[in-house]
Amino acid sequence: MQYLSRFLIGGSVVCLFAALADVLKPKSFAGLFSAAPSVALATLPLTVLADGKTYAAIEGRSMLAGSVAFLAYSALCSRLLLRYKFHAAPVTVAALLIWLSISLGAWAMFLR
Amino acid sequence: MTVSTDLSALKRANWSEYVVRFLFGGAASLLAMILAKRFGPAVGGLFLAFPAIFPASATLIEKHETRKKRAAGILSTVRGRQAAALDAAGAVLGSIGLAGFALIIWRMLSEYGTGFALFIATLTWLALAMASWTVWKKNAWIKVKSKRASER
Repeated sequence: MQYLSRFLIGGSVVCLFAALADVLKPKSFAGLFSAAPSVALATLPLTVLADGKTYAAIEGRSMLAGSVAFLAYSALCSRLLLRYKFHAAPVTVAALLIWLSISLGAWAMFLR
Repeated sequence: MTVSTDLSALKRANWSEYVVRFLFGGAASLLAMILAKRFGPAVGGLFLAFPAIFPASATLIEKHETRKKRAAGILSTVRGRQAAALDAAGAVLGSIGLAGFALIIWRMLSEYGTGFALFIATLTWLALAMASWTVWKKNAWIKVKSKRASER
């Protein structure tokens, strides 16, 4: 039941932010909503209910590292799309490896 | 350039695109929970900032812009890539706000009510993201003006 509710709430909140980004102009402003804390807003209240506030606060600390990785990831995507003739899909999917490397690197160095 | 809304974009959007985003968002939320249960909250928390819908959004933006240009008789795909790159540039600024959100959750959640901490964290995200975008836009405009002046 917890899995289903997380999936449904997570999907709904993400769709809400995506719809908001779709109607906003210019594109650079709409892009702010691509980095909205949608997954966190959907899951943190459920985490607090299930595991407590301290557990959720630890997740928040790690999220800080994840957001630094997000910054590097999106900067790389923007640069690659502007400079080279790559399409968005392969660039944004392949660059997820950068997000993963920075996130796990930060976890190994500072959070473990 | 000022911020505006275009509600007709919702009508133009294909419902299957929202289904894809829903599935990605739901999957990212589940992944964060499963990894937290398996490896602890320090690993699960990383995935609260996972770019869950960014690849899907950027791909759709590129597709829509390219389709719009094709309808106008322009076959180049450059505009589509540029639009996706601008969205990514916005995400860079949004991720500064995301870091602010995470910081507030980390420092405030244990001491204050969950609703209050989430509210302050969301406001922080919005304020930081918008302030970063305003500064970035102003600098971009100054660069354009000085480039034009040097070309004269």
